[in-house]
Amino acid sequence: MTTQRIATLRLQAVGLHDRLSAWHWSEYLFWVLVAASYFLFPSRHLLMNEIAILALFSLSLDLILGYAGVISLGHAAFFGLGAYTAGIITKFGVTDPLIGLGCATLAATALGLATSFLALRGSDLTRLMVTLGVALVLYEIANRLGWLTGGADGLQGMDVGPILGFDFDIFGAVANAYSLIVLFVLFLIARRVVHSPFGWSLRAIRDNPLRAAAIGVPVRGRLVAVYTLGAAYAGVAGALLAQTTQFASLDVLAFHRSADVLLMVTIGGVGYLYGGLIGALVFKIMQDTLSNLTPQYWEFWIGLVLVVLVLGGRDWLERLAALVARRTRPGAGR
Amino acid sequence: MLTNLFDGFAYGMLLFVLACGLAVTLGLMNLVNLAHGAFAMAGGYVCMILVNRHGVPFFAGLPIAFIVCAALGVVAERLLYTHIYRRSHLDQVLFCIGLIFMVDAVVDYFQGPQQQFINIPDFLKDRFEFLGVSVGAYRLLIIGVCGLIAVSLQLVLTRTRFGSRLRAAVDDRRVARGMGINVDLVFMLTFAVGSGLAGLGGALGAEILGLDPTFPLKYMIYFLIVVTVGGTASITGPFLASLLLGVADVAGKYYIPDFGAFVIYTVMILVLIWRPQGLFGRVATR
Amino acid sequence: MSDAPLSDAPRDIALQTVNLFRNFGGLTATNDVSLTLRRGERHALIGPNGAGKTTLINLLTGVLRPSSGRILLEGEDITEARADERVRRGLARTFQINQLFAAMTPLEGVGMAVSQTKGKGWEFWRSVGHSRPVIDEIVEVLDRFGLCDVMGEKISSLPYGKQRLLEIAMAIACRPRVLLLDEPAAGVPEGEREDILDVVAKLPEDVTVLLIEHDMDLVFRFASRISVLVSGALLTAGTVDEISTDPRVRAVYLGEADHG
Repeated sequence: MTTQRIATLRLQAVGLHDRLSAWHWSEYLFWVLVAASYFLFPSRHLLMNEIAILALFSLSLDLILGYAGVISLGHAAFFGLGAYTAGIITKFGVTDPLIGLGCATLAATALGLATSFLALRGSDLTRLMVTLGVALVLYEIANRLGWLTGGADGLQGMDVGPILGFDFDIFGAVANAYSLIVLFVLFLIARRVVHSPFGWSLRAIRDNPLRAAAIGVPVRGRLVAVYTLGAAYAGVAGALLAQTTQFASLDVLAFHRSADVLLMVTIGGVGYLYGGLIGALVFKIMQDTLSNLTPQYWEFWIGLVLVVLVLGGRDWLERLAALVARRTRPGAGR
Repeated sequence: MLTNLFDGFAYGMLLFVLACGLAVTLGLMNLVNLAHGAFAMAGGYVCMILVNRHGVPFFAGLPIAFIVCAALGVVAERLLYTHIYRRSHLDQVLFCIGLIFMVDAVVDYFQGPQQQFINIPDFLKDRFEFLGVSVGAYRLLIIGVCGLIAVSLQLVLTRTRFGSRLRAAVDDRRVARGMGINVDLVFMLTFAVGSGLAGLGGALGAEILGLDPTFPLKYMIYFLIVVTVGGTASITGPFLASLLLGVADVAGKYYIPDFGAFVIYTVMILVLIWRPQGLFGRVATR
Repeated sequence: MSDAPLSDAPRDIALQTVNLFRNFGGLTATNDVSLTLRRGERHALIGPNGAGKTTLINLLTGVLRPSSGRILLEGEDITEARADERVRRGLARTFQINQLFAAMTPLEGVGMAVSQTKGKGWEFWRSVGHSRPVIDEIVEVLDRFGLCDVMGEKISSLPYGKQRLLEIAMAIACRPRVLLLDEPAAGVPEGEREDILDVVAKLPEDVTVLLIEHDMDLVFRFASRISVLVSGALLTAGTVDEISTDPRVRAVYLGEADHG
């Protein structure tokens, strides 16, 4: 009798647990649309490639901002390091993109781990300063080491070999496929991590670090781990950009990169993985449209969007989704 | 050597006047106002326009820059910042970055992206020898003005009724309210004075720091270092931190020009490893 | 209730503090506290408001560091241990004001504590529900606290009494040998109060419990020994009978309680 009751409860718990991590139909739809866009807009491969890379970049920030609550003003440090590593390595005759990607990931991971101990100290303010400082130092180094990085002119003449036998073409078809596949694979990994005990404890830390520690979660260790993971992802994104555009310049380390990625995650909403992806898409389209309208002053409109988003509430997407759900449910709403 | 120390000292004093408003708003309202540098830039441009284009004397331009920026501060505080005091730090950071982007673009639109120079009176361009130290007249002026401001701030904070109210409000907002202190008014006045001082600093510092639309971003890290290293418990903390930063930066750029820019970051990192709460910071209790 | 004489051999002592001090600026919030909890004991810590009960529990659990003094858990020095290490060594707590994960479900809250305790906290590749022992234990804890029917609801939407139960459930899910309960029934409406008292009464016997409490009913009902904290210092410690008849305690505490 009681054992049977326990067995029922157990089934309930497993069922609930599985529902919490199950794929929602909208997730399938999202990725089907992504795949379809590849074939539907063959003239837009270059743009889509860039969106995929930015999406990966903001996914990486979402890991540390949305899942660990660390505000970073210098996330471009890892992006830039990844880009330069992938670029410089081709100068030494290593032209295979996958090896380049691996090296870039390692470099960014190492930097992430090394700086995490600093970046996770103290208050939000200290974190802002340290993350900003790390990115500035890297920018300065890349600027000074002209013989290696090309300095202000950027890294010219990268020679990236074919990826699994496919040569990168000027229309970006191969590049776009490469970036999308890497994005998808890394997304799947992030999704698994988020639904693991490790991922649950990250959400716990974000919600309430005091209580997280009180159930035995080593808060600092977890933050170091996720910060490093976020750095690694950003490094991959940077490497993809360098490889697919065959170019890396100081721009990859600039402050506006760090600010832009914050904006992307903000637009899409933090802490559910898709926020970064949606945010990158919206941001890139917005940037493209605005810079066509006002080439020099599009920054103004980006700034305005940020201010309005903050004052109006960053959860606009969530509210929109709730509104749509209410409207489409029969018998509910108005 | 002493000349460098002198220049660094002047630079540090200037940083203090620029950043002290940020330290106070942070301590008082827990507001991370990254856009603080925008007020400094505004002060620089106001002074530049008045002096260069309308023939206003430089020494009249400085106080006008203060007044205009203080007024801007009041408007911004009432219209904008008041909405984000109680928001998360993330919201505050995003908001301020947005503000910086907008201000940059606006200044760029009206004044162009190039460096601006304020026409300072000729006698301020002199350098003279004093006890073997080469003293720039302009830097002497900076030290004089900023020193005066620092001393007056310290006196206002420790000796006046407003100062004691301000400190009560920094310590505990609710207790201060309970004591019948109009905290909102204290906030507004403080914000105004802080912005005004930043504007004055921007006008005074244009000669040394440069003046162009990227000013708020370029100096954001310096302001952050001043408040994190100096803490917000008093104004002596940020003051000493500013001096340290100023001297370290000038010395670094002079003695090891190849790596000069890294000196301040190294100092910052060492300080953080040694004292995560800042050199003079109080331990966060809230 | 009689207080059977216990030997003071270290193995009988679950938790002990030795000359614990904590200063905040000029204020001494914890003043030379030497507290001893014997294994399996139901010990209550009482004291008027502002006596430093919360500071003491924060010192015990590692949220605060003592200015001086030592804390021993089953004879081992944990004074320098981080809060999460203390939990792994068998010292768990609840909070006077709910500290829950508002956006999660009870399943996740308890599940996290369980997977953490079972050493799966760093597992990042497999899901929480992958492990059968983890799921079994989650269900067992949720069932014991009557939380099974709400296990899928958002914690912030639960009635307050259920949230208080979850507070305790999450602590129990850490399998503590010493449990600190910080005013478990604080703020719970009369109708849901009995559930909490029930749970406190049925805590496993081998778990040593320190009950920090304001409510004397609860103290007299559950505690075998009582320590009285006044102005940061231990005034006295003894059995329920000793404490309730101690004139000093009456003066500083019970007397005050009479005034309301």
